[in-house]
Amino acid sequence: MTQWCNVMNQKKTAYLGLFAAIAIIFGYVESLIPFFAGIPGMKLGLANLAVLFVLEKYTWKEAALVSLVRILIIGFMFGNGSSIMYSLAGATLSLMVMVFVKNKIGFGHLGVSVAGGVSHNIGQLLVAVPATHTVGLLYYYAPALMVSGVVTGLLIGVLTREVLKRIP
Amino acid sequence: MKKKEFIFISALLAFSILLCLYVYVVPHGKYGSIQITVNGELYGTYSLGKDQVIQIGDTNVCEIKNGEVKMTEADCPDHLCMKQPAVGSSGGYIVCLPNKVVIQGEGGSDSQDSSGGFDAVV
Repeated sequence: MTQWCNVMNQKKTAYLGLFAAIAIIFGYVESLIPFFAGIPGMKLGLANLAVLFVLEKYTWKEAALVSLVRILIIGFMFGNGSSIMYSLAGATLSLMVMVFVKNKIGFGHLGVSVAGGVSHNIGQLLVAVPATHTVGLLYYYAPALMVSGVVTGLLIGVLTREVLKRIP
Repeated sequence: MKKKEFIFISALLAFSILLCLYVYVVPHGKYGSIQITVNGELYGTYSLGKDQVIQIGDTNVCEIKNGEVKMTEADCPDHLCMKQPAVGSSGGYIVCLPNKVVIQGEGGSDSQDSSGGFDAVV
């Protein structure tokens, strides 16, 4: 029995490391894609694929760990202090909302992914307002970021479903 | 997809598209000048009618040309503010997050009621 637990633990450790690495690579790939329509913070959210996968396989704690590792490493390699702050705000709100709609409302991958995409964008925006002392940013950028959150959330949700079908 | 997911996603999409139409398509008055703030403090107000190059602190440079303002220089690594669309008479924002520089459209001489910019609506 203990041996079985040990094997399970090893598998989990390997999976989490693997998905943290994938999330970091996705973050890098995303920084190369100019998915930008004049709206700061608008992006594909590929890294959320890894977080959604871990959230499905394990619990929110493992997902939070993968998310945190990704943000810190991506932040120190390609970003700066302020970009880490925005990522953390987006990821924290997004994970909380995703766990809520998954466990309390019973959404599947698509719903969880869309809720995560939109709340990630809103979370970043909520940090931008006190950072610049400009409340108008919320009003001006929220609509575009919400639409992009829904669209990219759908895309990432479909991808996550396909990946989950193929990786046991 | 479950039914409640479908309702949630389509309601959210419809709501945000309506918000987009209201904020970006419906005209909100004319903007005759721009206001520049750095770290929340007013740096200056400039008329869009006069072509000029404005040095903002040591970090950014913006240029007013043909009634529109664009960020032309920034010392941050991503240069996202320089890729943001120009702000003209229909208002809007240019934001440089790393340097906390915000350029926003301001009500000009031809409209008194929108002098607070978008802040009055929120």
